[in-house]
Order: sequence, then C-alpha cells, then structure tokens
Amino acid sequence: MSGYTPHTEGDIAAMLAAIGASSIDDLFAQVPAGLRPRATIDLPPGLTEPELRARFEALAARNAGGTGPAVFLGAGAYPHWVPTAVDQVLLRSEFLTAYTPYQPEVSQGTLQATFEFQTFAALLLGLEVANASMYDGASAAAEAVLMARRMLPDRHTVWLSRALHPHYRAVIRTYVRGLGDVVVREVPFAADGRTDLGALEGDLGPDALAVVLGQPNVFGVLEDVAAVAARTGAAGALIITATAEPLALAMVRPPGACGADIAVAEGQSFGLPVSYGGPGVGLFAARERDVRSMPGRIVGETVDAHGRRGFVLTLATREQHIRRERATSNICTNQGLCALAVTAYLSLLGRQGLRALATTNYRAAHAVATRLEAAGVARRFDGPFFNEFVVQAPIARWEALVRDGVVAGFPLARWYPELDDALVVCVTEMHGAADIDRLVRGLAAPAARAASG
Amino acid sequence: MDFPEDLHYTQEHEWLRVEGNDGVVGITDFAQDALGDVVFVELPPVGATFAPGQAFGVVESNKTVSDLFAPVAGRVTAVNHVLRDEPELVNSDPYGAGWMIRLALTDREQVNRLLYADAYRTFVAQQRT
Amino acid sequence: MLLDEPLIFERGATGRIGWAVAEPPGGGQDGPALPPDLRRDDDLAGLPEVSELEVVRHFVRLSQWNYSAATTLYPLGSCTMKYNPVVNEALARLPGFATLHPLVPDRLAQGALELIAGLEAALAALSGLDAVCLQPAAGAQGELLGMLLVRAHHVARGDPRRRVLIPSSAHGTNPASAALCGYQVAEVAVDARGLLPAAAVAAAMDESVAALMVTNPNTLGLFEEEIEAAAAAVHARGGLVYMDGANFNALMGVARPGDMGVDVMQFNLHKTFSTPHGGGGPGAGPVAVRAPLAPYLPVPRLVRSDAGLAWSDDAPQSVGRMRSFYGNFGVLVRAFAYIARLGAVGLADVTRLAVLNANYVRARLQGAYHLPYDTPSLHECVFSDRHLQDSGVSTLDVAKRLLDYGFYAPTIYFPLVVKGALMIEPTETETKETLDAFVNALLAIADEARTDPALLRNAPHRARLARLDETRAARRPILRWQPR
Ligand SMILES: Cc1ncc(COP(=O)(O)O)c(C=O)c1O
Repeated sequence: MSGYTPHTEGDIAAMLAAIGASSIDDLFAQVPAGLRPRATIDLPPGLTEPELRARFEALAARNAGGTGPAVFLGAGAYPHWVPTAVDQVLLRSEFLTAYTPYQPEVSQGTLQATFEFQTFAALLLGLEVANASMYDGASAAAEAVLMARRMLPDRHTVWLSRALHPHYRAVIRTYVRGLGDVVVREVPFAADGRTDLGALEGDLGPDALAVVLGQPNVFGVLEDVAAVAARTGAAGALIITATAEPLALAMVRPPGACGADIAVAEGQSFGLPVSYGGPGVGLFAARERDVRSMPGRIVGETVDAHGRRGFVLTLATREQHIRRERATSNICTNQGLCALAVTAYLSLLGRQGLRALATTNYRAAHAVATRLEAAGVARRFDGPFFNEFVVQAPIARWEALVRDGVVAGFPLARWYPELDDALVVCVTEMHGAADIDRLVRGLAAPAARAASG
Repeated sequence: MDFPEDLHYTQEHEWLRVEGNDGVVGITDFAQDALGDVVFVELPPVGATFAPGQAFGVVESNKTVSDLFAPVAGRVTAVNHVLRDEPELVNSDPYGAGWMIRLALTDREQVNRLLYADAYRTFVAQQRT
Repeated sequence: MLLDEPLIFERGATGRIGWAVAEPPGGGQDGPALPPDLRRDDDLAGLPEVSELEVVRHFVRLSQWNYSAATTLYPLGSCTMKYNPVVNEALARLPGFATLHPLVPDRLAQGALELIAGLEAALAALSGLDAVCLQPAAGAQGELLGMLLVRAHHVARGDPRRRVLIPSSAHGTNPASAALCGYQVAEVAVDARGLLPAAAVAAAMDESVAALMVTNPNTLGLFEEEIEAAAAAVHARGGLVYMDGANFNALMGVARPGDMGVDVMQFNLHKTFSTPHGGGGPGAGPVAVRAPLAPYLPVPRLVRSDAGLAWSDDAPQSVGRMRSFYGNFGVLVRAFAYIARLGAVGLADVTRLAVLNANYVRARLQGAYHLPYDTPSLHECVFSDRHLQDSGVSTLDVAKRLLDYGFYAPTIYFPLVVKGALMIEPTETETKETLDAFVNALLAIADEARTDPALLRNAPHRARLARLDETRAARRPILRWQPR
C-alpha cells in the first residue's frame, strides 16, 4: 500500500451505497466486457519508499552526474550553479502543485511571477513583449517560424543557418512537415564559424520568409546579428534568433537591439539543472504590434472590482481552447515551474550578479582557450565567443580522456561530418582549476604535453 | 434591442447602410450583446475586395472569436481605425461609432437580398428560443 | 492574512546583490574584449537589485496567493490534480539525474537510459501498444507527434490524406494539433448519450480521412462504448485511430487502447502519473504506437545491445525531432517513480478509486445541479448551470463562490458540447470527508443562488482579490513591467 489513496473499507461501502452500486466493478459496466480481462496490468509489484529510494539511487549512481567525471559539455545544455534559494522556491507546494491559473483571484502568485518572467524575457532578449513560456528553446524556434508564416503568409522559404544548433534545425523541420507550404533551406557557415553573410545575401529571394540563426551559435561563436538583420530586412524577410546559452546576453547586445523580429531562448541556464536535457523552458519575445500572432499563454495586468492591481491570462483568443484549429499554436501546458525558476534566478542574481557571472564565464572560457592554444590545440574558428569554443584535437585523445574521467567537450563530427576532430568545449563557473588542468593536459599535443611536463 | 429601419441586415448579424454607391458595415445590437465585451476587431486593409458572405475580419470578446462576413460584394475604401484603440465602441454604439468598414459596392442589386429590419427582428426572436 | 507584495522590479536599491559570484577559476586572464558592436550597452538596466532575503520573501508571499493541490481540493476536470508524491521530488533531484549532461557518452548515462527504457516498457504494457517515445514535452506536443506519425504513415502509401475526424466534445488541442499537421478538421457530433456513434464515424469516413482523433474516456467522463466499431470503420477505409490519453486515469487495469483498435496515443504524465503541474507545466506527453508506426518515431531511438543501452539516430523514416535532447527527463523520473511505487495492483486501485470518487460526487450533486448526460461516467462528471438560470446565476458565479468555501473551481465552460459546463474530477487521492465538504459547499451554493444570487455574482469575497477585469486586460494590454 502506498498511502496515496485514502479509502477505508467503510468509506468504500458508504460511497457505493450513496451511488447505489453494489461494487466498484459495477461502475465500469459501460466498458465492453471483452476489453477488461486483457487489461490486467503486467507490471511488477509496488515498492516501499525505502526500496524505491534504493532502486533510484542505484540508477542514478550509474550516471556521470554529481561527483563523477569532469564534463566540459555545453552544446545546448549548460552547467551553472543553481542557488539553493531557487530550488527552495520551486519546492513551495503552492507553486509546485497548482495548475494553469484559470481562477485568477486565487492564482495571483503564479500570475504575478509569470508577468515578471515575461518582463525578464523581454528585457534580456531586447524586445517589447514575451509570452509565459514554450516547451524549450528548440520548439520555441519552431513556433517562431510558424509565427513568421502568419505574419508573412505570401512567403514560403525559411533559411536556417547551418551554425544553428542541429536540434533546433531538426525541430523546425519537424514542425513544418505537415504544412506543405514551407520550404526549409540552409545557409552555410564561414571560416570564422559565423553564418556566411555573402552566401546569405545571394540566397535571399522574394520568397524568403525568415532567417533563423543562433546567438551564440552551436560553435559558441557570436553572430553579427545586426548585419544579418540588415540583409534580411532588405529582402523583406523576418529575422529570428535562437539562444541556447542566454547568459551570453548579459554581455552581448540583445537580439532585439540588433533588429531581430522574434527572439527565442532556452532558459535552462537560469536556475535549472541540466537534468539530462529537460525540463528546460523556452523564452519567446517579439514586438508588441505582433502580439496577436504570438503562440502561447500571456499574462497581463489589470485591476479587480475594487481597483487593486492584479494579473490575468489575457489575449486568450489566440489559443487552442478558443480558436481550436485556427489557434496560433496547439500549446496548452507549458513549462510554468521552469519559468518560475528563471524568474527566481534572475531576481536573485539581478543586474550586478548576472553581469558578474557572465564576465566570469567569459574569462574562464577564454583563459582555457588561451592555454589550449599554447599547448598546441588550435581553435577551429576565430569568431568571437562567450563560454564555448571549438578546438581541433584528434578524437583518439578525446576518447582517452573520457576513459580518464574527463569529457573534453562534444565531438562535432556527429553533427557535422565535415568537422573531423573538432570538439566544442564549454567552460563555466562550475569548472574547478584541477579539472581544467586535466583538460588542458589531456588535450595538449604530445610535444606540448612533454614540454609542460 | 434596437434595429434601425434604414439598415439592411444579414443572418450572420451584420448590418449595411447604403450611402450613394458605398455601403457601411458593422455588427448588430443583437450580435454585440451576444458577444459581450468586445476586446479586439481585426479589419482588412483598404483596397481589399470581398465576395458576398466572405470573411472580411474578426471580432473578439474575452472568450470568443467570430468571423465578420461581407453582406455584399465590394472593395474596402475605408476602415474604422478608431476600433483598434477603442473596441468598446462596438458595444456602446454598434450602428454609429462602432462601424467597421466602408465598401464601394460592386453590385447594388445585391443589397436587395439582405433582410429588412422587420425580417431581421423576427429572425433574431427565433434564434433566441 | 495575506501581505502585499510589489513586482520584484519595484523592490531593491541600486548596488544591492542577491547572490555573489566567485572570481573566475585559474586567475582569470581577461582575454580579448568583445568587439564594441557586439557589446550590450544598456548595462542591464531594469533588472532588479535585491538581497537574497528579499527574493525569498517575495516568492513566499506570492506563493501564499495561490490555491494549489497541496492546499485544497483542486477538482479541475480533465487535469487529474491528484496528490504529487513528495518522494518523487527528492528522487528527481538526485545528483546522478539532475546534473547529468545530455551529451555525455551513452556508457556514462546507463542509469538514465535504463530508467527511460523502463518507463517506455511500462507505458507500452499499460497501453497494449508496441513502441513508446518519451520526447514530447506535454500532451499537446504528443498529439502533434501522433498526427505527424499518422501523416508519415499515409505519405509512405502515397497520399497524406486531407481530413481528420474529431468529436465535438474534444479538447481544443486536438483540432489545433491536427491543423498544425496540415489537416482539415471534420467535426463529428456526439449523440444524446454524449457518446461518439460508430455509425456517424462510418458515415463520415472515406479515403480522404487520415484518422479519427478520439478521447477515451471522453471529456464528459464517458467511456466511448462504440470505440471498437468506430475503429473498425476507420480501419476499413485505410484510416488510423488516434487516442487522446489525457483521461488515462480511468483506464488502468480496465481497458487497453491497443485492444480497442487504437493505433497511436499520447499519455499525459502530469495527469495520470502524478508529476506536479507546476502552475502550468512542465509536463510530459509520451506517445505509444503499434509496431507499423514505430519506424516514424522521432530520433534518437533507444536501442539495446550487448554493450548496454544507446541512442541511435539511424531511423531514415523518422519524422525528426520534437524538441532538443530526449524529453522532460526530470518529469520522466517522477512518473517512473510513481509507477514503481504503486506497481500493478496500486495502479489498478488508482483507477478504481478515481472512478468511485467521481461517481460519489456525481450521485450526491445530481438533482441540485443539472446533469446534461446521464450516461454512467467514469473518473469525472460534467454538470451545467441550467437549474440555476432562473436565479440569474451562471457557472462562472458558482466557480467564484466555491473559492470562498476554500476549494479551487472545477473546469468551467468545457467541454463545449455542454452549455455552462462544470467539469469535476476529484481524483483517487481525496478522502470521503473532503468530498463531502466539497459537495456540501456546492449544495450550499445552489441554495444561495436562490436566496442571495448577488452573493454569487460578486464572489469571491474571501480571496486576496475580488473579480478581475479581464476585459480591461484584453482591451489595453499591459504585458510586462516597464523601466522608468
Ligand atoms: C482532454 C485533454 N486533451 C489534451 C490536453 C492537452 O494536454 P497538455 O496540456 O499537456 O498539452 C488536455 C489538457 O489540458 C486535456 O484535458
């Protein structure tokens, strides 16, 4: 018995009597008899809480989390310290176990926090308005493409930078699969690791609907969003940016200020553990004049019957529960609690803390890149970067390092066959000096390694 | 409920006022009452043309969305931009300040197919029961 | 007493900091500065400058303005607001799960992969279907995936087909997901019993129909008695059957979708499998399919070999990806913990007691509230405000007045086939005493509607705020705080 269900024999008898049924089985009389015997559940018996804990601890122990190997991985999920206060907020049952705030009078906590989340998202992305969250950065990018299609219904070709994270590109392709009227093409990247502006300029024809690029991109390289925006705008298309590491935006000019029409981001960096890739949260921002084309829930400010400030879900006519097949998106449940984590995290770090943390990441990553360079491990791209960069090193060295307990970045050949022996390495405030030494020593060219002793 | 005699009506609850070769279009008192507080009206650009019965825009209340249908064929010569900021005019003055579009009529004969106030009043009474 | 609390942006003072960062490791050489044209130049103006205590206090105060499933009965129909076991929170936070990077080599993630494989197998067993994908982030994304699979199946046969049949009682995500897949929605009316007649499906079915998208039990809480015949009619013309599994809490140990003729379905782990709703997510919407649809499932797929479990991108017919990485893994951990804790018997009990609770509420409220469909129902029951209309009181007023009695409101005005719907889903985790208190509150409200309708129309009276002006919010949208 789990204790999750409270019924005593007496309760059951009294309830059946009130219903006028003689057994619980009677309540299922509408289910065709042929279905019932086959539905006997074929699963093991239940566990006690200590057994459950032991089983899950054993599973967790077979993973490289916690105090396992030194992992220099980013590439879409970023290890940052989660302040204890953030998780404490998430564990407040009043936030954790509520649902979509349909009754605003008794949901002001969730609503006000969401309004704050929208403000943070808009401020960081440099745009006017933001929604209450999307599933993740990649699906937010796909929803941005669908929004662009609503804004420019006569255009059909979407250009994806090849330096945009491959998961984001894949999700965009999946989301437009069924529509039949959107053509997806890719723009190559140049030798500096940035989207190839020359190629882009040649590509953008009158049918161009939107250009989507990462900022920073999958190589950790910072794009010249303003230059792309100028060319995209001249062609009459929209520019969409997708940011997987939003901490970069604490230092880097935000997409909106560079001319982006829609900017999305993955919010995991802000207060959520990497958690094997989810849950994270999609941030989605756009211009106010385009708000009625936006997907997702939106919270707005209003007053109650006595004139006191309060918050409600608003502009709901865009959504599936009202517009059904003509809705701007099918999203219903979003990532509310993860949006709350972002809100608590950004509140806590605030203006000073966020700037300082970004600087720390920038410096730490650049210091490692410099040391690797000195150790004969060259950077693959010379474009500017934030806390992630690509180096050239033989895959055998990466494999040897994994055996030694260091995951020296992600081998890009899995995603880019042309990038043999290229590793994208991420360094954040989480990486200690000893692990960094192991990384540098392990990746160093044999000659340099010998020289450095 | 008020249904002015000088207007023509549709079963979709739009009204049309003929002014020379133009027709002004809005939604009826019945429609605004059924919708409740109107919060947004989406209107077409000037120059757009519509066939009779074609959707020319959308009117939204808090919890509903309804298409707006052109009563007759025509080309849009003006739209009521004031509704962008003051959609409540559709509720407070549906036949006046709450007008939506002005059409250059393609075929004045089509007006004859619309309902007179009496017929519309009867139609609405039936809807309610 | 509920304290006032401004926006976090309205708190604090310039220069204050809530969380200090250590110096960069390794001494921190500066590296080249960012080129000026890339640099952010607003100095992050507008972001708060507050202390840790201010932040904690801010969110504790906000939290106290919420009703939640841990605070009170949260009878939101179609949402299955059951108890969210607290042990699952601890398990999802084990460092081996929480700090596991999704791109570590598979051999360093065998525990996570075993968990994923275990959950896939459990959902396959419960559904009677053959393969499961855990990627979708919520029910609606599962629906979208399901419809993409349907489409891929038809495309492989030369014609994607054009239409999807959806009953009029369906949730809004169903038509929205079908449309996102390029399908036209053809609505099939439910009959006087509130059920989908197989004959209506057969009549609507032709070679242009890609699928029937059906919720079972449906949104009225009724088991679709004719589902086998309806499925047969769809299959006879080459269509597929999609089942929205949001209401799976009524089916465990009772009926398997695979046995009903369903080809593809989604689960809502945040409903049936107890993961917390989080004020609107995160959820998870795994999809289960019959074997012939498995080749189209998203990448990567989990495969087992002698070397252990591994992700594979080798699926040339796959529809691609729904999101980055593998799914809302933290949610999957909680759901699997729930299944492991309850086991076969416990899960079957969940369904039995959920149905008992809903029927008890229904029996006690019948008469005082109008029951538009009196077909026997399973895990939820839907009433309407018809009996109250003479007093000029609506469903909305009843919902608001319930807040005064200390309960969250049922789902209202859904499903659309019931005018003024009040949709109640108590779930199996509520005691008889709580249900009695809830029912008594609704009975008292029905009396108040007759004796003092204004009391309802102005409710709530005991919440932090009175009724909010939603019209004003929509007419003059204020969607964020603005720096001065
Ligand atoms: C019947 C039904 N189908 C689908 C959904 C959509 O699920 P989700 O909100 O997880 O996207 C819901 C829930 O809200 C539902 O109640």
